[in-house]
Amino acid sequence: MVAPPAHLPSPAPALGNDEVLRIRNDFPILNRPVNGQPLVYLDSGATSQNPTSVLEAEQEFYEQRNAAVHRGAHHLAVEATDVFEDARETVAAFIGAGVDELIWTSNATEGLNLLSYSFLNASLPGAPAEAARFALGAGDRIVVTEMEHHANLIPWQQLAARTGATLDYIPVDDSGALDLEAAARLIGPRTRVLAFTHASNVLGTINPVNDLVALGRAVGALVVLDACQSAPHLELDVKALDVDFAVFSGHKMLGPTGIGGLYGRSELLNAMPPFLTGGSMITTVTMDRAGFLPSPQRFEAGTQRISQAVALAAAANYLTETGLARIHAWEATLGQRLVEGLEAIPGIRVLGPAAGRERIGLAAFDVAGVHAHDVGQFLDSRGIAVRVGHHCAQPLHRRLGLTASTRASTYLYNTTDDVDAFLDAVAGVRPYFNA
Amino acid sequence: MSLDQLYQQIILEHAKERHGNGLDAGVEFPAGAASGQSHQLNPTCGDEITVRVSVAGGKVSDLRWDGEGCSISMASASVLTELAEDLDTAELQRIIDSFREVLRSRGKVAADPEILGDAAAFEGVSRYAARVKCAMLSWVAAEDALTQALGRQES
Repeated sequence: MVAPPAHLPSPAPALGNDEVLRIRNDFPILNRPVNGQPLVYLDSGATSQNPTSVLEAEQEFYEQRNAAVHRGAHHLAVEATDVFEDARETVAAFIGAGVDELIWTSNATEGLNLLSYSFLNASLPGAPAEAARFALGAGDRIVVTEMEHHANLIPWQQLAARTGATLDYIPVDDSGALDLEAAARLIGPRTRVLAFTHASNVLGTINPVNDLVALGRAVGALVVLDACQSAPHLELDVKALDVDFAVFSGHKMLGPTGIGGLYGRSELLNAMPPFLTGGSMITTVTMDRAGFLPSPQRFEAGTQRISQAVALAAAANYLTETGLARIHAWEATLGQRLVEGLEAIPGIRVLGPAAGRERIGLAAFDVAGVHAHDVGQFLDSRGIAVRVGHHCAQPLHRRLGLTASTRASTYLYNTTDDVDAFLDAVAGVRPYFNA
Repeated sequence: MSLDQLYQQIILEHAKERHGNGLDAGVEFPAGAASGQSHQLNPTCGDEITVRVSVAGGKVSDLRWDGEGCSISMASASVLTELAEDLDTAELQRIIDSFREVLRSRGKVAADPEILGDAAAFEGVSRYAARVKCAMLSWVAAEDALTQALGRQES
């Protein structure tokens, strides 16, 4: 049991509509109208909105401390470096990582590409001996799941194609869960990489990380966790989960766009060949060769996203002060309300776990006889923002017999009224399109 | 702009009763006919369509299609099929050009019903940037298929 944030009584009261209404005051954009109606924002799975504290942190950096970090002896450079590294400490602590184990990336996609390209570099002739543990070749296997976002799929597909390794998929069953028996059969002695999502951006399923890590550990595979849909919504502790690497995106957790993070065990990061090379990541450079700094600088070539890091730390603080356990519980309530409401509407097929089964606070669904684009347009006319399409998960949609679906995804600033307004609108979709 | 201006009745009807849908339907081609076929994909939503255009004696002898997508894209293909029937090939190119100009105008160019017929109902789509590609998908495919068919006829 994790202690509640210090400013809250113990045990902390559950989040409810009253407190959410107060939280909403921190998010200026939620007050704007859309199509003449109050905005009902149910697309946080794609990108979340920013509280004032995050916006102010970024502005304050530019107004008071803007300078390049890790170089220059002048006062602003020192202050900028301090807040940049303080931000790393804050966000590393937020996910349970050591401070030298968090690498800033543009987003989760870049974090996963960093891994796949570093593994590719390790697979090339002339790679240092210490990099051998990351090398792949013909006969090796990379295991992912059928529910992956393209970000945690294409980099591995590319790595397999370039190294001669084979890509295997852990199947998803009809309830939206991974088939662990199939996983146990697929993960074998030649499995070098096991990459899977913590929570599905389409199904809402929370995957059994411990079971999968155990399967990966048993065969010595590198275990990669896509935490994009978990880091913003539940207490994430990468050490407790015992994964080798994890990625997340700042803009899905109240932060700005353009920043995300890659966690890696320091022992691995310091043996892994760098992906991007250049300034700030080197020790001694001659005309023939260069030495590389340890992690995290080893993977942070060039001028970094300083203001975004500072803003992301403010976002992490906002979430910590509100309490991730409370946020998780509230969103689980909203997720159940979504699924129960959708299942009660004729012609709606909810994807993933049925009502009453665990899911994060989102629900994707198919409307019989109405294309997802039309569903999204209808909802938009009522000021309701949802995601439509394949949600960057084409193989999963094909597995479900669909090309597209509609997804409503909640966050800590959504009320039950938001969910009810959405459900009321969805009930009007099939009649409008005569479906 | 209201939803009803986007989803004109004629669009909703064509989305249900799709003209020219199905490439496998037996078609008798007149002597000297040449045809072209084009597949187009909208990667943002996964919608796709295949359009086949056959030409003979300077006219469109047949236009059929197969695809999956939203009501705008399906209705657009259906309306195109009706318009193209027995049209001079140059005239088909002219209405494709006109349709494209209206759809890409962000609401600034009004549709001419004299040229576009029922396709004028898609005028409102031009105000929804995210949906323009839906309406254009089958027309882009038809243009490509028409060019192929004309090229084969000449060779």
